[in-house]
Amino acid sequence: MTEHMLTIDGQRIPFTEGQTIIEAATAAGVYIPHLCHNPEFKPHGSCKLCTVKVNGRNCSACTFPAADGQEVLNNTQELNETRRTITQMLFIEGNHFCPSCEKSGNCQLQAVGYYLNMLDAHFPFFYPSREVDASHHEVMLDRDRCILCELCVRASRDVDGKNVFALSGRGINSHLIVNSTTGKLKDTDISVDDKAVHVCPVGAILIKRKGFEVPIGERIYDGQDIGQVSLEHEMPIVEEAEHGR
Amino acid sequence: MPCTPSDMKTVADIVARHDADPTRLVQILRDVQSTFRHIPAAIMDRLAAQLSIDRAQVQAVTEFYTFFSTEPRGRFDILISDSITDHMLGSREIAAYLCERLGVTPGQTRADGQVSVDFTSCTGMCEQGPAGLVNGYALTNLTRDRVERIVELVNDGTPVSQWPREFFVVKDNIHRADLVLGTKLQPGSALRWMFQRGLDSTLDEIAKSGLRGRGGAGFGTAMKWKFCREATGSTERFVVCNADEGEPGTFKDRVLLQSYAHQVFEGMTVCGAVIGARRGYLYLRGEYLYLHEPLNAVLAERRRAGLLGSNIIGRPDFEFDIEVRIGAGAYICGEESALIESMEGKRGVPRNRPPYPVTNGYLDQPTVVNNVETFAAAALIALKGGAWFSAAGTEKSKGTKILSIAGDCARPGIYEYPFGTTMAQILADCGGTGAMGLQIGGPSGIFIGAQEFERVLGFEDLPTGGSFMIFDQRRDVLEIVRNFTHFFAHESCGFCTPCRVGTSLLKNQLDKICAGHGGKADLAELTHISKLVRATSHCGLGQTAANPILSTLERFPEQYEQRLKAISFEPGFDLDGALEVARRMSGRDDAHAHLAQEA
Ligand SMILES: Cc1cc2nc3c(=O)[nH]c(=O)nc-3n(C[C@H](O)[C@H](O)[C@H](O)COP(=O)(O)O)c2cc1C
Ligand code: SF4
Ligand code: SF4
Ligand code: FES
Repeated sequence: MTEHMLTIDGQRIPFTEGQTIIEAATAAGVYIPHLCHNPEFKPHGSCKLCTVKVNGRNCSACTFPAADGQEVLNNTQELNETRRTITQMLFIEGNHFCPSCEKSGNCQLQAVGYYLNMLDAHFPFFYPSREVDASHHEVMLDRDRCILCELCVRASRDVDGKNVFALSGRGINSHLIVNSTTGKLKDTDISVDDKAVHVCPVGAILIKRKGFEVPIGERIYDGQDIGQVSLEHEMPIVEEAEHGR
Repeated sequence: MPCTPSDMKTVADIVARHDADPTRLVQILRDVQSTFRHIPAAIMDRLAAQLSIDRAQVQAVTEFYTFFSTEPRGRFDILISDSITDHMLGSREIAAYLCERLGVTPGQTRADGQVSVDFTSCTGMCEQGPAGLVNGYALTNLTRDRVERIVELVNDGTPVSQWPREFFVVKDNIHRADLVLGTKLQPGSALRWMFQRGLDSTLDEIAKSGLRGRGGAGFGTAMKWKFCREATGSTERFVVCNADEGEPGTFKDRVLLQSYAHQVFEGMTVCGAVIGARRGYLYLRGEYLYLHEPLNAVLAERRRAGLLGSNIIGRPDFEFDIEVRIGAGAYICGEESALIESMEGKRGVPRNRPPYPVTNGYLDQPTVVNNVETFAAAALIALKGGAWFSAAGTEKSKGTKILSIAGDCARPGIYEYPFGTTMAQILADCGGTGAMGLQIGGPSGIFIGAQEFERVLGFEDLPTGGSFMIFDQRRDVLEIVRNFTHFFAHESCGFCTPCRVGTSLLKNQLDKICAGHGGKADLAELTHISKLVRATSHCGLGQTAANPILSTLERFPEQYEQRLKAISFEPGFDLDGALEVARRMSGRDDAHAHLAQEA
């Protein structure tokens, strides 16, 4: 078997047939910032944080297939600035009051903001009016913090087999809905053990009565940056998937 | 709204009419909307149960398309086209007058439930505007007199079917015909020739013709058909005709469907034979509902004539049929993969590519999606051969292109030109000699100024899906750009961050500058966001949404600079305006309750 190769920022990276660029990168220990991507789920490609340049063209690393000879640019000033702006867009379109958010320190949006050296929101806030769903006895949904990544949608559909969540609306009015007649979580069969309850990269889906169990200062991204955490967590997943290929 | 048993019976009938087929969800919701004037929650539950799909899917689709609503619209639901060319013909004034006379606020249904008026993206009647829709049917040439009559008809409750016919007349206005519009095609003749010549050599003729897609992107048609034909591992193949024609200022597909439907269907059938498909679909934009019945009549006629169905022109090995599917107000559904999603009964969100529709299209099967004009040309090429077509045009752009010309000219309408024709020539022909600028290819295309009128029509210079808008000296470039930018913000599907958020930011930023609140930094910011949206968006909508801004900033920077405030920094908000809530709460409006702001 001849080994397939591409380069990322000049570094030679092997990949196997069928891998996306981000999978190849992760397996080789190269971090590409991402939010809607999670190697456990079907590639999605909506947040555009993972934008890389492939042979001079912008592509989403999480959906674009790796191919021999690709010259990929990833950790460049220009791309990181673009990613910072996209992160700022995600902040201002929702309502993210980090200091009072249970997810602070464990939140990937916040962590990516730090990683990309985001010092302010830059744009005027949209302050959208979004609904909180606290109807369920164990799971709560605070749409203010939702970044529309559809990880909960994918997890519920593909892993839990329940289809509890979906995206609705169009454009800037896009929003997460719950699959029940009332539109409330209490009328679905969601359970606290569902994968969908544990994949939200931000603090939009939370488990009740677990607030601040880990004190601020000892949370995931308090000591390590998201690049390190992400690789540690995701490398084994990608490697396992590769063996199953 | 509580639903009665008889309502539920109506819903069951609608579902039955659509064979309880969940891929037909958009069609079903169209029928529900037109019957109940909205999609009530109780009906969503019922539809989900009867179609065996998630309730969330029903709700998500309902909330995606502009022509669906969750609150009741009026028994007479009037939409006024908001295209820039309609504006130039006075649509905004007409709409204001209509609202005043009816006693309605745009976007709100009148208290008695009788009528609602709102704005909608370009309805494709640009050369016979101001235009609109009433209960889905196209209204043209709206005048104050017509408004008076409409107000009476609405208040009297006269059903739309009994309104004067002349309100609904849609003219072709063909001013210049060439290869495609000027060649008579006897129904069935291209099919006969195809079978005489053989399928392989028919595909060769299409290749020789140099035909490239007429919907905008210009992909080689023969190549697309070949890829689809050669796709492996499929159970079925499909032909889809893209009649979404959503790009503002484009109305040439409307004319082809109205007066050349046989030719379009024949082209689809040729494609079906070449790629080995048995089913074809024509995805018609909701705004062209008035064409639905006539198109179905042409299809019926073709079935009777043995040109569709089984045993086509006596060939037992060839079976093909065509069905019309209708959209519901979403520009993004013109993007081929979003169109396919819509045809499958989903929100119109563009898919990730690869894979492309030629291998994984409708129902995940190999699918050719082509524009209406592409099929119309293909039918003629199958009949007349590739050389006949490639004799016209330029090296890289063979054949002719149908333009829909609107705006400031004496003779707006349909003009078919060989590629390579100069803008100056086109302007001379349509009487647009006073032009200051042209928008070629619609809002997603580019704006050019008078010094560029020697440039030519073609993929190598000025490509267009057909939209050709003319603006003379009276027009304000920034108002045009603002109209286009609002359009994109309204039509973004919301899937990807840069377009979902970026198009709204562009809209707000441009509004700020146009309102005279912008400083130099705001202009830099506008450019910065524009470039980011263009570079990182998921599909063609986002990638072109900043074109109006970028192409005019390049050509008319002074137009922007004139609007800027002299100071280099301007607060992002209105200080005094921000105090309004406090004033209301405290019941004060004296001088001390106001804050002056440095200008
Ligand atoms: C936002 C957007 C809207 C589009 N709208 C249309 C349309 O209304 N009609 C059309 O034929 N193509 C449209 N296209 C192009 C289609 O995606 C596709 O390229 C075309 O239908 C292919 O047909 P052709 O090769 O015959 O041009 C659109 C593309 C984008 C990105
Ligand atoms: S709730 Fe969380 S996981 Fe679901 S779409 Fe929103 S941000 Fe993503
Ligand atoms: S670019 Fe706009 S229209 Fe296209 S996928 Fe992204 S949000 Fe949707
Ligand atoms: S991580 Fe690739 S688009 Fe979101």
